[in-house]
Amino acid sequence: MRFLGLIWSNLRRKKLRTSLTLLSILVAFVLFGYLVAIEAAFSMGVQVAGLDRLVVRHKISIIQFLPISYEARMESLPGVDAASHQTWFGGIYQKPTNFFAQIPVDAEELLDMYPEYILSPEEEAAWLSTKTGALVGRATANRFGWKVGDRIPIQATIWTKKDGSRTWEFDVVGIFDGAKQGTDLTNFFFRYDYFDEARSFGEGQIGWYMVRVKDPSKAAEVAAAIDREFANSSAETKAEPEGAFLQGFAKQVGNIGAIMIAILSAVFFTILIVAANTMAQSVRERTSELAVLKSLGFTHRGVMLLVLAESCWLGVTGGLVGLALAWYLISLGDPTGGALPNFYFPTDKLLIGIVLTVLLGLAAGIFPSLQALRLKIADAIRR
Amino acid sequence: MAEGNGALVSVKDVDKIFRRGSEEIHVLGGLDLEIPEGEFLALMGPSGSGKSTLLNLIGGLDRPTQGSISVGGQRIDQLPERQLARWRGRHVGLIFQFYNLLPVLNAERNVELPLLLTHLGRKERMKHVATALEIVGLSHRRGHYPRTLSGGEQQRVGIARAIVTDPTLLLCDEPTGDLDRASSDGVLDLLSALNREHGKTIIMVTHDPHAAERASRTLYLDKGQLSVEKAA
Repeated sequence: MRFLGLIWSNLRRKKLRTSLTLLSILVAFVLFGYLVAIEAAFSMGVQVAGLDRLVVRHKISIIQFLPISYEARMESLPGVDAASHQTWFGGIYQKPTNFFAQIPVDAEELLDMYPEYILSPEEEAAWLSTKTGALVGRATANRFGWKVGDRIPIQATIWTKKDGSRTWEFDVVGIFDGAKQGTDLTNFFFRYDYFDEARSFGEGQIGWYMVRVKDPSKAAEVAAAIDREFANSSAETKAEPEGAFLQGFAKQVGNIGAIMIAILSAVFFTILIVAANTMAQSVRERTSELAVLKSLGFTHRGVMLLVLAESCWLGVTGGLVGLALAWYLISLGDPTGGALPNFYFPTDKLLIGIVLTVLLGLAAGIFPSLQALRLKIADAIRR
Repeated sequence: MAEGNGALVSVKDVDKIFRRGSEEIHVLGGLDLEIPEGEFLALMGPSGSGKSTLLNLIGGLDRPTQGSISVGGQRIDQLPERQLARWRGRHVGLIFQFYNLLPVLNAERNVELPLLLTHLGRKERMKHVATALEIVGLSHRRGHYPRTLSGGEQQRVGIARAIVTDPTLLLCDEPTGDLDRASSDGVLDLLSALNREHGKTIIMVTHDPHAAERASRTLYLDKGQLSVEKAA
């Protein structure tokens, strides 16, 4: 503690330089925050995927349909707790860029399959009793300013109605939140019975199944059993854990994410190198002062630790302020206005960020501090 | 602290060779010297004669290539680096030509620096600092930064820093080399008083015969050899 004053005085030696170094570290950690938030957005909720849920789709492709009759057969298999079907609707709200997923589902099964969706009892009751009802995730509702009671027209791109119309109208009966951070709050669910009755083709066909297993540790065995059950049929299946399914889905847009992450990483490390260079310069400038400290009785190691403490102070202070700012900015929401709906700062990455602030301080200070360690008093004092 | 024969500092058969690439520079060769406790010794000689090198060796800032150096009966040339640093902090006060104060610390904090390595609490440290500044007559300037002090005042702060731990030895490397005559006399008066009234053993490297006159003994060093000795 007694050396804090000395460290602080050295940091205040060139206030402008210290401020600019702090600022550059701060910016680096704001970037880090955005980096991990974008990565989380591109992984589309892989981290929060249910460990006990499988996705069962057509073996050839997800755009091939499966018969609705598979549901009862799957539920009769050992290890299967429940099954629920979903279908890709692919509609447009107002204009094609207003993208979000619309999915017809069985009303009761949805609530059972996704306990992480939070709804009020009134919303649940309205959902079960309103055939044209829709449940909308908070992110999408906020994006378009929808509220319960609104009637939403969606233009179909695949599913025309029996009367030839392409316009489907839905009544928003509930807006759901997520029990876990990272829960996908962009989906728009509506009722399968309404969909199946009104669509002009594909009756009795669905897109894919969500299957809940009784024991998550046996998910792979259950998936294999499901695929065996429908092997050699006209619609063979591919069952996989929900996380793996979402990961595969995310990879379709993964290249863009990888490019963005690569660019931001390059900027991040460039800033780190600049900070390290500034620290080294600061030490070079006071070689004789460090030698004086040694002449007064400070050990080589003591002087090295003083230099390291300075750079750690810079790294941790700039880094923590940067992380706090990133946390605040990211909490304001998706900066793209909807392209990254699952945009948040994962807590585990925040902890990694905190560790990184210390590592940055150590990395920036290691060479200058070794320089201070090796400094020969007699030589340096004459400079 | 002095050895049995009365010498506080004993330099025996000391060589110091610097290496620059493949070239060897012999700065000190087979040098012997004994300095009794309480002496005020002036070391004179031309530039490059090895005065500062000898001072650095006695102060434990550097190590001899050969020979032994004992201070208060302790072989300092054989001490491991860490112990040598501790020994310096406890037994040596250094005064430099260009003061070498830390510009980011005020006079008080500069003087406090060597005490940071002791087990003294802040209150006690401040008490010692106040005493040292009082001895050098700068109590009223304790909150001033080096850039706001004159050369003479900065050197007085340097002296206060050197004596604050009550060291055995005061080593002064051209303490008046950067000062005008009046300031120089003030600093020399102070060193004389520290020697006379506080019993400090002082070794002073100087080019200035006027400064050397204050010493009780003057040694001349030339080409690494002590050549002439003059007692006051």
